[in-house]
Amino acid sequence: MTGERLTRWGLRYIALAYLALLLVIPLGYMMIETFSEGIQPVLDSITEPDSIAALKLTLLTVAIAVPLNTVFGIACALLLVRSNMRGKGIINALIDMPFAISPIVVGLSLVLVYGTSGWFGQPLMDLGIQVIFSTPGIVIAVVFVSLPFVAREVVPVLQEIGDDQEKAAETLGSGSWNTFWRITLPAIRWGVSYGVVLTMARALGEFGAVSVVSGKISGQTETLPLYVQKQFETFHSVGAYTSSLILAVIALATLLAMNLMRRKENDE
Amino acid sequence: MAAAKNQTEVPVENGIEVVDVSKQFGDFQALSNVNLSVPDGSMTALLGPSGSGKSTLLRAIAGLEVPSEGKIFISGEDQTGKPVRNRNVGFVFQHYAAFKHMTVFENIAFGPKVRKRPKAEVKKQVNELIDLVQLTGLGGRYPSQLSGGQRQRMALARALAVEPTVLLLDEPFGALDAKVRKDLRSWLRRLHDEVHVTTIFVTHDQEEAMDIAQQIVVMNEGQIEQTGTATELYDTPVNDFVMGFVGEVNSIGGRLVRPHDTEVLPVKAEGATEVEVDRVVRLGFSGRIEMLTVPDKREVWAQLTRSELETLNLEPGDTAWVKPKPDAVTREDTGALESAVTEDPPATGKPTPVEPGLPV
Repeated sequence: MTGERLTRWGLRYIALAYLALLLVIPLGYMMIETFSEGIQPVLDSITEPDSIAALKLTLLTVAIAVPLNTVFGIACALLLVRSNMRGKGIINALIDMPFAISPIVVGLSLVLVYGTSGWFGQPLMDLGIQVIFSTPGIVIAVVFVSLPFVAREVVPVLQEIGDDQEKAAETLGSGSWNTFWRITLPAIRWGVSYGVVLTMARALGEFGAVSVVSGKISGQTETLPLYVQKQFETFHSVGAYTSSLILAVIALATLLAMNLMRRKENDE
Repeated sequence: MAAAKNQTEVPVENGIEVVDVSKQFGDFQALSNVNLSVPDGSMTALLGPSGSGKSTLLRAIAGLEVPSEGKIFISGEDQTGKPVRNRNVGFVFQHYAAFKHMTVFENIAFGPKVRKRPKAEVKKQVNELIDLVQLTGLGGRYPSQLSGGQRQRMALARALAVEPTVLLLDEPFGALDAKVRKDLRSWLRRLHDEVHVTTIFVTHDQEEAMDIAQQIVVMNEGQIEQTGTATELYDTPVNDFVMGFVGEVNSIGGRLVRPHDTEVLPVKAEGATEVEVDRVVRLGFSGRIEMLTVPDKREVWAQLTRSELETLNLEPGDTAWVKPKPDAVTREDTGALESAVTEDPPATGKPTPVEPGLPV
């Protein structure tokens, strides 16, 4: 009995210490450092034009990548779980590619294909669309690296709920579109929202792939993580910490929002 | 062949007509040449062990499976190629398939809403159905707040809400415990008397089938072995499989015989099998003797009246002989029952201790 109790307490403290060392202490310390010179430098660095531009660009990529990957992820999960299509195995393996490949490699491959000397680069350039060193390239890179989250979260949920509810809706006269909106989507909503939170976190914070394709032009092709790095390298520590804090706050807020929604529903 | 088919291909009456239906899943023949007539307004049971094709047949009628061959008619109308949602069937799943994120009311209202019925009408109809399935006052609950029996009644109300031409139930009570099962069974029978919709239900429980169905269809290995009333199946089974699956049987000297048609003799006789008495059970008016054959120790039991038991006066350990009574219904034991019943054994062979009366 006591041995069992000891193990339980031991495990609990190991877990807490692990989280504290890796997560709470560094983040907490960063927060303290941000305000070390008072509130004014923080406000100044927030209102810095380059900082605002970086925040805007980051939010724009998130606003494009998240809905795109949510729709794609749900469609992919449905295809993988509910259909008998040939080539499911290939899709299943391909979806995980962004997890497996280093973001730098993703960035480089995008430059290869969409850069001025790449396959699509020149034709697109002729149409007046610049991909690399411009917003479209950043969006493509972010979409790529945050692709698997929704699908990976939704697949197990779809498998677990089975297709009985969908079949039942069908016998009751429901068409497939109606069944998707009224039955399937509500049943997988927590899987989807968790996938969305993860996608968003990744899209907000992506550094490697974006840094290769963006060209890091201040005020134009600099996302918030790139801006943080530049500030840090140029010894603007308050600016770096402030922007980092903004990133962390946005991510935490989404996580919190999802948890609150979930708790509220469980109470009902 | 063509001439014979033509007689069934144009069904005159309502109800369900299954004509030469086969279904293959890869190499597995789930249904082979199934023909079945279900009269309008009747209650029919599809009875068989698991893997006998009974669920596949039910799903084919609903349109949830597409037959490889053959046709299905509902109310005289060919259902081939008709999508599930247009067949107007009520289907009740074994595990309820409740819409978990909807209340009882919303679950039942789903079908009428899809059909774009006026709101007030839907509300009235759903409330009536909630009363009919005895869930009054529970309309605002979620499925997770209901018991298994309540969930299944909700599923039934949901299926009835679309005013289906046929009601199909796939092992409707399979996931419930024995007591709830019995209550729900007699409740379903009363409901059918009230609603009168053509109903087919799938079961592997012979007692359940005999209790509520007017017509029982015994299936085995993708084929219909026999169709008839409970009495017909019990008294004149076409083969040993039906005999063994519907009602209880002993295998004595290579033949199947009912326990109440099993004669126990204290002395050796022509054609009798030697047994050792294992247990003697007295249950009021009737009783039974449980025995093991010598030397292969197979279980055999006889159902006897109290006076027969007293006349025999056998004790555990005694040697006796058994044989079918002269006028008994017997069938040759081909082993079809043992080979078919692998996963879901029906209540055969072993006596159920709570039933002192005669079967049926």
